[in-house]
Amino acid sequence: MTRPTLTQSSGPAHTRILGLGGVRGELVVTNDELVGPIDSSDEWIRQRTGIITRRRAGADTDVLDLAEGAARAALDDAGLSGADIDAVILSTVTYFHQTPSGAAILADRIGATPAAAYDISAACAGYCYGIGQADALVRAGAAHNVLVIGAEKMSEFVDPTDRSISFLLGDGAGAVVIGPSDIPGIGPTIWGSDGSQAHSIRQTHSWLDMRDSGAGWPTLRQEGPSVYKWAVWKMAPIAQQAMEAAGVGPDDIDVFIPHQANMRIIDQMIKQLKLPDTVVVARDIADTGNTSAASIPLATERLLREGQVSSGALALQIGFGAGLVYAAQVVVLP
Amino acid sequence: MAYTEQEILAGLVEIVSEETGLPADSVLPEKSFTDDLDIDSLSMMTIVTLAEEKFDVRIPDDEVKNLATVGDAVSFIVGAQG
Repeated sequence: MTRPTLTQSSGPAHTRILGLGGVRGELVVTNDELVGPIDSSDEWIRQRTGIITRRRAGADTDVLDLAEGAARAALDDAGLSGADIDAVILSTVTYFHQTPSGAAILADRIGATPAAAYDISAACAGYCYGIGQADALVRAGAAHNVLVIGAEKMSEFVDPTDRSISFLLGDGAGAVVIGPSDIPGIGPTIWGSDGSQAHSIRQTHSWLDMRDSGAGWPTLRQEGPSVYKWAVWKMAPIAQQAMEAAGVGPDDIDVFIPHQANMRIIDQMIKQLKLPDTVVVARDIADTGNTSAASIPLATERLLREGQVSSGALALQIGFGAGLVYAAQVVVLP
Repeated sequence: MAYTEQEILAGLVEIVSEETGLPADSVLPEKSFTDDLDIDSLSMMTIVTLAEEKFDVRIPDDEVKNLATVGDAVSFIVGAQG
């Protein structure tokens, strides 16, 4: 008796972003509202970070509400409905349930059941991690249309007295639908991690410490100068590799959309990458703040909405953050 | 081949001047990075990283806070050369 040969799935050769949407927290929070407990000033925050305001969500809005708004907008933009989606990937570090996943609940809310659904924890690199996974799932035949959402309510994770990261953070969600394409629309994802630097951006203590030692609600901290150094000098070569892997150079790129961590990081990355002046640069951080996994799709949404770039533009995007983790790819904008 | 103290000072002055926009002749060994040259922590990390590349040395992040003046940085780099 011979064993049967298994059938393995395969999919289309190419993928692209079919649609994109974003939602920002409804509150506009100025620097002056935050400087008291950290003995700082509007000028200091602007000079160090480029942030003028950050967007935060109100008490009645949770991270899944933000994610749902972005997901619906992305579906509309793609001309699809929830029923067309067969995988939902939610990247977030601010969904405060260990289980079930936010993605499963979100899939149900948008009418995508029984789509495969799962959360990923890749912090500020989460959106680019999600794009890399969605691209691979579609081309492997594991899914036809994948919804990728980066959603964060970072304001739940801040300490008003923390001078390291809390004042940077904002709330929002960005989403894309990834599906088959006649032409290549997503370049290879260059991604990785370095857990030896886990302490660089971290939660102050675990949920178990909160329960067992009476530590309060955990919040975020970062070692700012070290993270700055890593982000600029280690991440620029990753972005360079993403361009090389996609077969393009700095002169071919229309728009650079790095994670919106800090304007100073963005400015230094431009220098390191030797991007020409003609490249449009996402600077959404000035008004929206650092929204972690949502920052790249939100910045993209704004550039498209304001007409700074057009559909079909070639975008270099790179996410990097707590882990440490990073991911970069070149994509064609929807 | 190791750089001389003079070469390191000249190279560091160039890096600091480029980062801060200050004229090179104002970046003297006795100048404090923070108090005299008004260099913040992020600019300092830029300077440190460029100096590491230029002189092929490693300046640990923990060490940076001990480098108060331009002269301190020059001395550290001289000693850090293999």
